[in-house]
Amino acid sequence: MAEILIPKLAPQATAATTAPAGAPFIEIEDVSLFYGASKALKNISLKLEEKVVTAFIGPSGCGKSTLLRCLNRMNDLIDNVRIDGAIKIGGHDIYASDVDVIELRKRVGMVFQKSNPFPKSIYENVAYGLRLHGVKAKSDLDGRIEECLRASALWDEVKDRLHSSALGLSGGQQQRLCIARAIAIKPEVILMDEPASALDPIATARIEDLILDLKKEFTIVIVTHNMQQAARISDQTAFFYIGELVEFGPTTKIFTNPSQKRTEDYVSGRFG
Amino acid sequence: MNTVTPGQYLPETAGDTTRITRSFRAERFDFWSFFFSGLTGLATLFILGILATILLNIIVNGWSAISWHFVSTIPKKDFFDANTTGVLPMIVGTAFRVIVMTIFVIPVGVITAIYLTEYAANTSIITRIIRAAVNNLAGVPSIVFGLFGLGFFINFVGKNLDKLLHNTDAVWGQPALIWASLTLAVMTLPVVIVATEESLKAIPPGLREASLALGATKLETILKIVLPQALPGIMTGGILAVSRAAGEVAPILFTGVAYYMASLPGHLSDQFMDLGYHIFVLSTQSPNIEQTRPILYATVLTLLMLTFALNIVAILIRARVRKKLRALG
Repeated sequence: MAEILIPKLAPQATAATTAPAGAPFIEIEDVSLFYGASKALKNISLKLEEKVVTAFIGPSGCGKSTLLRCLNRMNDLIDNVRIDGAIKIGGHDIYASDVDVIELRKRVGMVFQKSNPFPKSIYENVAYGLRLHGVKAKSDLDGRIEECLRASALWDEVKDRLHSSALGLSGGQQQRLCIARAIAIKPEVILMDEPASALDPIATARIEDLILDLKKEFTIVIVTHNMQQAARISDQTAFFYIGELVEFGPTTKIFTNPSQKRTEDYVSGRFG
Repeated sequence: MNTVTPGQYLPETAGDTTRITRSFRAERFDFWSFFFSGLTGLATLFILGILATILLNIIVNGWSAISWHFVSTIPKKDFFDANTTGVLPMIVGTAFRVIVMTIFVIPVGVITAIYLTEYAANTSIITRIIRAAVNNLAGVPSIVFGLFGLGFFINFVGKNLDKLLHNTDAVWGQPALIWASLTLAVMTLPVVIVATEESLKAIPPGLREASLALGATKLETILKIVLPQALPGIMTGGILAVSRAAGEVAPILFTGVAYYMASLPGHLSDQFMDLGYHIFVLSTQSPNIEQTRPILYATVLTLLMLTFALNIVAILIRARVRKKLRALG
């Protein structure tokens, strides 16, 4: 899926796809973000790999959600935000002046903390993004919607009531619907902002299974407060503290043998 | 209430239920609580009383004079005669001007509200000026709107329209249904703007974000996600505007209402008869007050019922929209 789309984003696609595993797909270079005069992100540099789950962890207010929202430029919606530095996805600076934000958001999907299905039918929720991007024929829509609902492990639960309201679903089902809606337009990256923080343990487990499944096709960046969750599903972990990137590395290393004292204190639950 | 924590009384009163009950009982009669709850109750009763008196008075006195003949007859020049008069042209005129007003006020009000809530920066000077203008518009006396309508719509817009169309006689440059409706639309604009703004603000920001994150433009988000959700609130604004406008007389005095017309209004440039104005005419111009009184009551009752009917129609449509939104969207 992603292979088909990468050429559009990155002309040097062959280089990107044939590059050895570990080649950076998202490059965050010396990014600082200001809300008015206050600096919320301090000179952050990170390189995230393709088809890898990267977890952003850290105490509340550390800037992890803010950084996540830089990746699809959702921060553009807030007044008084200024961003320095560069963010490249597939080799392209997404803050360059000629970037089409609509196109960017189509390729960098997002799942929010609070499940936010549209007050429409289950079918229409998934169809919304497809219709926006030109899929109109009913047969195309039907097929794609089934595919996405299957991919988000929701199909068996909703196949008999596709045309009833999405608001009648449980919290966990709603969140999986939001994931189906996000993957419907075939993004290359999926950003997840604490997607399971409002869910019970069983629903959380299903979302986590789903994330591991989606990793095969998508590059995933997930913000989480749940340390065990980060340990279970992510390959790479970045620990943030008051706007700074404290440590970034393979998840096993961050959780078992962190090089920074602050990381160790946080992951062992001594503060945060 | 007495502040008694369990720890204070439970050890000594364990098993003694009467002690527990007594310890929660107020020790004195709370005069001020009683006084103010009584006062609020009385105020409510007072308002209900006034409403009931007005309605009962109108219904009791008006009901006997109302008949099918009364509401379906176009009266002759002498409409003070209870046996031959009717209010059909007034019903048609009032309904016509309210409907035309709604057609103008809803789009303008909704678009303004969308600009204010979705596009304008809340702190910018322009937004503040627009908001202040909207609030002040709501406070302008209705007779002033009437004069504005005469000066702007008839003498400026209408007369120039006539010049432009090379009309030898005044067609648009005179009092007309369209100008009365537009004047009422200007008057009720704040109601629609405020109601729409409130309903737009009530839509969770998460829905807008979800749509934008899927690569929708702002316009697509507003048209496909925000507006359908805000529709019931917008219709509430419309209902309030209709209720306000249906009974207003002052804004239409100079802009379109006629003392008498032999036929129903058929064109936007026609003048029209109006229930509210007709009530004024009946109560001030009648040669025989006693004879006119039943018609006066019946006309008032007709105006009330017409306003009520227009409201019911709007409320039913809104209920359908709500039901549809809840079921599917």
